[in-house]
Amino acid sequence: MNATRRALLAASALLAAPVSLRAQSQGRILVIGGGFGGASAASFLRREHPEIEVTLVEPRQRFVTCPYGNLVLAGLRQIGDITHSYDRLRARGVRVIHDRAAGIDAAARRVRLAGGETLSFDRMILSPGIALRWNAIEGYDEAASEAMPHAWVPGDGTQTLLLRRQLEAMPDGGVVGIAIPANPFRCPPGPYERISMIASYLKRHKPRSKILALDAKDAFSKQGLFQDGWNALYPGLVEWVPANRDGRVVRVDVREKVLETEFGTRHKVDVANIIPPQSAAAIAREAGLANDAGWVPVNPVTFEAQAAPGVHVVGDANIPGPMPKSGFIANSTAKQAAASAVAAMRGREAPRPVYFNTCYSHVGDEYGISVVNVYRPNAEGTALVEVPNSGGVSPRGDLPEQRRLEAIYADAWYESITRDMFA
Amino acid sequence: MSLRLLALPAILLLAGAATAQEAQSPAPLAAQGCLGCHGQSGHGAGGIPGIAGREARELQAQMMAFRANERPATIMGRIARGYTEAEIAALAQHFAQIPAR
Repeated sequence: MNATRRALLAASALLAAPVSLRAQSQGRILVIGGGFGGASAASFLRREHPEIEVTLVEPRQRFVTCPYGNLVLAGLRQIGDITHSYDRLRARGVRVIHDRAAGIDAAARRVRLAGGETLSFDRMILSPGIALRWNAIEGYDEAASEAMPHAWVPGDGTQTLLLRRQLEAMPDGGVVGIAIPANPFRCPPGPYERISMIASYLKRHKPRSKILALDAKDAFSKQGLFQDGWNALYPGLVEWVPANRDGRVVRVDVREKVLETEFGTRHKVDVANIIPPQSAAAIAREAGLANDAGWVPVNPVTFEAQAAPGVHVVGDANIPGPMPKSGFIANSTAKQAAASAVAAMRGREAPRPVYFNTCYSHVGDEYGISVVNVYRPNAEGTALVEVPNSGGVSPRGDLPEQRRLEAIYADAWYESITRDMFA
Repeated sequence: MSLRLLALPAILLLAGAATAQEAQSPAPLAAQGCLGCHGQSGHGAGGIPGIAGREARELQAQMMAFRANERPATIMGRIARGYTEAEIAALAQHFAQIPAR
């Protein structure tokens, strides 16, 4: 065995024990939240900047994705298929702490954990996700969500599975009521993919049933494409009621299973799925990072909170101009935020960003549609703008091969992005 | 040779690697967006073709054809129109230098 080969072998042994690499740390980045934003940032940092020490704080041992949760409702996926472990990130040298961040002191660069530990950092990437605004719809609080699931913050998967069980228990001929919030909210096409996937289940198992979708707005993401798909795949099964036809749900009666709208119409349903209005998660609001509407304004180049330079806020908690609250955007902006944090630690300028979003939705098992957006900061670096003539939604019309391909590509997207985050 | 002695050149080697990484700018951030669908390092996933290790000229020509709406696509046309010619050239170079699997 020659010296070079011995050295290589020893090097690979060291690589297999990433803890020893921390000795070379050239700065500490603390990531709060292990979802699409946080896991993407941690994974990216280990891959592109292995000299940086990365700590990830996330209360849950496993992460259940929002994307593909609607396919669990349809019975096309199991909850285990959309559940991910932090083991690989840990093996790649991320210090993963399963605890809850209880308080952020941005000026002192310290975070206190609920378990008592205090962590110091050079830069923080905060990806705390959303909070559901309990009682924004009268009568809809956390207790009510155990009878009328939101299934919008998956947590450990309980909410998604609860809605699935209720659909399974519903008699044929029943009505599924879905309350949909006004913008902005997590995953703009999500409620409509959910309508589609529940319709897919009902058509197969309970064909006399109906979906009553009560919406707090008059138009929605990929509307024409979704409605074409509903007409083609589930004729007569879906009724969508916009706000201007009294679609906005303002009150729920959990015991009577009634959804009441703005002008007093009371809809009695058999299963109720309430997607309530949302805001940035409590930790971001308590740290004083959010605006009056409850979202965190950020710098469009570095994603630092406007209220706290040095704290980069990514994921659904921020309000980055026209960009949607999507997993893809969380992944895309997390990498830019992480690269900007590293640049700042070295006294360099942040890289020029291009943010890119693809949101696929399943309308049927083999029927996918998409929206693409590409964003850049304006010349002043003060706002994000969509690149003219780029992006857009899938073409409309009778295009079965395109729909089939996009369903396949949607599955591949899920596999790729979750591997990018967790593998 | 004891393990302790073996570890020394290894550390030097790693330090060397880190310095090389420092000197070389990391993969263009624009390339990160591609990984969301085209798999880790661009090797493809579940029916989405790999883009790693392909001829740079070919990748660039394909992207330019998508951008000009000259090549049928499900979504690549919509994506390609968001990037400049220079960025497309850099992306093509980046993915071309990653060995195919």
